[in-house]
Amino acid sequence: MSEPINQTTTTPILTPRRGGLARIFPYKIRIEKRLTEVPAWYAFLVSFGSVVIALLIGALIIALAGGDPWRSYAHIAKSSFGSIGVFSDTMVKAIPLMIVGLACALAFRMRLWNIGAEGQFFMGAFGASAVVLTPLLPEDSPRWLFIITMAAAGMACGAFWGFIPGFLKAKFHVNEIISTLMMNYIAVAWNDFFIYAIWSEGGFQMSRRFPVNSWLPRLTDFAEQVPAFRGLTTHMGLIFALIAAVVVWLILYRSQWGYEIRLIGDNPKAAHYAGISTTRNIILVMIVSGALAGLAGMSEISGVVHRLQGAISPGYGFTGIIVAWLAKLNPIMVIFVSILFGALILAGREIQPSGVPKLIQGVILVCLIAGDFFLRYRVSIVRRTEEK
Amino acid sequence: MEHSIDSFDGTNVVSMHGIVKRFPGVLANDHVDFSLKKGEIHALLGENGAGKSTLMNILAGLYRPDEGTILVNGKPVSFHSPRQAIEHGIGMIHQHFMLVPSQTVTENILLGLDTPRFLLKLPHYEQEVAELGKKFGMHVDPKAKVWQLSVGEQQRVEILKMLYRGAEILIMDEPTAVLAPSEIETLFATLRKMAANGKSIIFISHKLNEVTEISDRLTVLRRGKVTASGISIKDVTKEDLARLMVGREVVFRHEKAPCNPGEVVLSIRDLHADNDKGLPALRGINMDVRKGEIVGLAGVAGNGQRELADVITGLRRCKKGSIVVSGDNIANLSVKEGIRRGVSHIPEDRTHVGTAPNLSVTDNVIMKNYHQPPISKGWMLNAGAAESFASKLKDAYEILAPDVKTPVRLLSGGNLQRVILAREISSNPALMIAMQPTRGLDVGAIEGVHRLLLAQRDAGGAVLLISEELDELLDLSDRIYVIYEGEIMGEVTNGDIEKIGLMMTGVHSDQIQNHQEAAE
Amino acid sequence: MDLLIVLQAGVATGTVLLFASLGEIFAERSGVMNLGVEGMMLIGAMSAFSIAIQTGNPWLGVLVAMLAAGLISQIHAFITITLQADQVVSGLALNFMAIGISLVLGEGLSKAGTIALMPSYDIPLLDQIPVIGTIFFHNQKLLVYFGYLLVPVAWYYINHTRPGLHLRAVGEYPAAADSLGVNVYALRYFYVFVGGMMAGLAGATISLAVSPGWFSELTTAGQGWIAIGLVIFAQWDPVRAAVGSYAFGALRRLVFDIQGPQMLLGFDNPFYYNPYWGFFLQMLPYAFTILVLVFGSREAIRKRLGAPTALGIPYIRGERGL
Repeated sequence: MSEPINQTTTTPILTPRRGGLARIFPYKIRIEKRLTEVPAWYAFLVSFGSVVIALLIGALIIALAGGDPWRSYAHIAKSSFGSIGVFSDTMVKAIPLMIVGLACALAFRMRLWNIGAEGQFFMGAFGASAVVLTPLLPEDSPRWLFIITMAAAGMACGAFWGFIPGFLKAKFHVNEIISTLMMNYIAVAWNDFFIYAIWSEGGFQMSRRFPVNSWLPRLTDFAEQVPAFRGLTTHMGLIFALIAAVVVWLILYRSQWGYEIRLIGDNPKAAHYAGISTTRNIILVMIVSGALAGLAGMSEISGVVHRLQGAISPGYGFTGIIVAWLAKLNPIMVIFVSILFGALILAGREIQPSGVPKLIQGVILVCLIAGDFFLRYRVSIVRRTEEK
Repeated sequence: MEHSIDSFDGTNVVSMHGIVKRFPGVLANDHVDFSLKKGEIHALLGENGAGKSTLMNILAGLYRPDEGTILVNGKPVSFHSPRQAIEHGIGMIHQHFMLVPSQTVTENILLGLDTPRFLLKLPHYEQEVAELGKKFGMHVDPKAKVWQLSVGEQQRVEILKMLYRGAEILIMDEPTAVLAPSEIETLFATLRKMAANGKSIIFISHKLNEVTEISDRLTVLRRGKVTASGISIKDVTKEDLARLMVGREVVFRHEKAPCNPGEVVLSIRDLHADNDKGLPALRGINMDVRKGEIVGLAGVAGNGQRELADVITGLRRCKKGSIVVSGDNIANLSVKEGIRRGVSHIPEDRTHVGTAPNLSVTDNVIMKNYHQPPISKGWMLNAGAAESFASKLKDAYEILAPDVKTPVRLLSGGNLQRVILAREISSNPALMIAMQPTRGLDVGAIEGVHRLLLAQRDAGGAVLLISEELDELLDLSDRIYVIYEGEIMGEVTNGDIEKIGLMMTGVHSDQIQNHQEAAE
Repeated sequence: MDLLIVLQAGVATGTVLLFASLGEIFAERSGVMNLGVEGMMLIGAMSAFSIAIQTGNPWLGVLVAMLAAGLISQIHAFITITLQADQVVSGLALNFMAIGISLVLGEGLSKAGTIALMPSYDIPLLDQIPVIGTIFFHNQKLLVYFGYLLVPVAWYYINHTRPGLHLRAVGEYPAAADSLGVNVYALRYFYVFVGGMMAGLAGATISLAVSPGWFSELTTAGQGWIAIGLVIFAQWDPVRAAVGSYAFGALRRLVFDIQGPQMLLGFDNPFYYNPYWGFFLQMLPYAFTILVLVFGSREAIRKRLGAPTALGIPYIRGERGL
């Protein structure tokens, strides 16, 4: 005998329209809240379907703007996965996404909306650059020293940039969405100042090239030993990303701190009731999230760009948010989703119109959220019964 | 099943016939018939979950029935919204008031109406409201903001809201749940006056005493079906009604082992604390709870119970006073400190405070001991140990769920409470604070909770039971304190209901002897 | 640097923030937070400029901008009101999408910024008032004057009319409104639409009146986010929003103009001689927004004011509590 369930789970949310429509269209849409979890394959199907629909909508808008959507998409597929060479380029674009995606996933688990990953990325790049440009280490220092110092500096700067809005939220209840966003703009201006005024090389808007010792090793560096690696620019940042993914997974699912994070994210009142300090965790999570985003910045600077300049990110900080969401905040899924979006970014640079990758990303996110609806509610079309 | 013979004669202002309402997983109304005569007070009786609120929500236009007909004044109607019901003169006063706290009485009464057309000329309407109140003997300040009013006054605003719209039929959903005994008397007087004025009233309740006092006729629901329809109050006894409600002989008293209290576990002296609005909620509380006893705290909701539970468990600061648990004063220490010293807490709100809905049973059950071995291992969590712990508890406490990985939002209210009890009791607490532990549960679940609380007491634990259900307190407690406006009015050890009732309305126990003497 | 002229331009810049924050106030008062303001402003800016260039009629551009942004906002409304998804995530998603759409559709737009698309006007009599007259009533576009009128109208609407009563009820305690026949869902859809239209209007104000032209994402440069911050500072009151908006507008212009002149207040202008310090000036509006949020939040807690109680919570009929 089933126990009566309280009414919150059961009310249909759309009261059917009456009148003329019923005569033309004798079906109505019945929407009921689900009482059981959906199986994993169904959830995956819904996400996949959302992405497909998003791509169709994106195609429509591209067509409206005068472009050829199918050619654009085919171009994306070919120029991202067409060969080992371009796949390596895709991976290069994916690496910062992986690390930023992890940063966002960690914060979002606690419903802490770190929209400032872009700014923390910039500050990480700044920190890593400072090691080389100040210079903190002599130019002929061993590579391993450079890498460790730059990574530490990048993470420290990113952590600091995350700490500020975290502290403001913990102590003053300042909305972190707006504060982290504002910090983005401040970080860009900060970097610009150093690029234009302090570290400018020959009057150009960029710093001098970093010494080779400070570059992250790339696959192509080992072309002598393994000829197949020639020309592949995938760099050590990938290892950072994979390690970070494992670490974040362990934190979230196998550590006490991760348990606290998940509990606060699901029900802050219950966490308070259990004696968990939300204030402490807000600050800690923002520090770690910022550090990760900072690491992504260091990895990009040291592995790809090799100098400090204004254009170091095609919006990694924002795409990372979408990656985290599409991965359902699961660290392992973040890695795979990042590769997909890396492809988008890579190919997107050559597509006309140039706003296409951003557009597709936005539409994917919207469709994803809309699609989540089907995970919580069961929609069925039923024949209208006679209204009495 | 007893039926009344006058179902469809002309004096019925409302006739509901064959009402069926299904929700996923439950048949809330199973071919229910209900009729209401003009000028009567008709009680709708049944336990939590019997389907009374559902039936009335249908009549009030909030839900659509899956099957069945409704006649109002002999004409068939089909309501698509509460607005339509109100247009037909049916108004519902909900258990949880539908008032906007930050707006004034008059603004709340005007909400949803078509007049005034555009500009709000409040003074004119404030006048109207005041006059309406006078007519029915209900006095409220039309300019007051709702959050400033007492619970009884807010209820009056709700009633006025309906009367202002010309409601002839009023549905009151558990109206006495939040009132003190004196306020209940006032309410009953008001209801009788309205009935005399030709209004018809439906009174939803699960409290036998009140229902027998106020109603003319009764309809009883049990698990979605009608077990007695429109019977006159003169034709039944309370025992009959209890049986109709529950279906078997209701045990009015638990078999309790004699109380063997040990040393004092909780000792509160001169405790002062404020509520969320900054006003004093506790004004010098003194109480003791000993090992091996259940101490009850009786009182109408809103007299400081929530603040007391919060302060003892560390969720709220106190301004003055001491809370000594097993020798340590834990006043104003953190929640974790309380947990460390063996204070466990069954919170009032099991869904929004006591559990995390999207986390698994396992995750919910380790909420208080996740940082202790064997669940913890250094900085990490031993997932295997956590799962076996959860499995053991699931069996021991008969938690109905597919497995321990199930997110708890899919559990029923009773099972959710079992999860919380499992968690709190398994930690062998020295002191357990149980706040409204059986609210919203059906009889089977309530019995289960009571058994667990008694077992805790028999095993030597100390339990402070805070409840608004006097029956529950009388059943379980060895001693009962009564709280009123933040002070303890007195203590009762012999189950003297009259004394408790008096104290709940603010009469201090010292004065009660005088009361009785003066009466002689 | 003529301070009065700077403040005059600041009023115009502030009008952008005013429109965006007033729109968001309406949406949030009804209980729906729309974080897509920046994106909707961009769509407004792009469509206004595009239509104005093609048809030569800036007012048509304004109209199209408002409709376009309003339409986009309905996606957010559908997802958050009917599908009951989380409002924060939906708003962010909308933002990305709107930015993407405006970049794609605005691809071919010329960046010409020299066309005077809207004429400026003086208000006779009022512009003779010393100081105030020059700042507020001299040489402003019609949109700015419209902003002046909008503030008291919005205030009066919210606090002293019947529809305003319903708006407030829907945002504070929707269950109460629903039980009395107020259509919570429809009203929320409507006010999200209003918010969208206002954001579109704000964008149009930028690309037609304040900084004519289309500069991709730089057109709005985060003003949408500043507007959302201002809503919190304004404690959801139109008058306070106006004060905040004009103050911020003045700050932005000041930051812009302070780098020009050689002499500043009788001293050598450090920003003239060290042009790179201008980057720190650029940070000011954003740093100030954070500061404003700190004080706004503290004040709210102190005075026990705050957001509309139901803000951010999807309304489900039959749910306990709200």
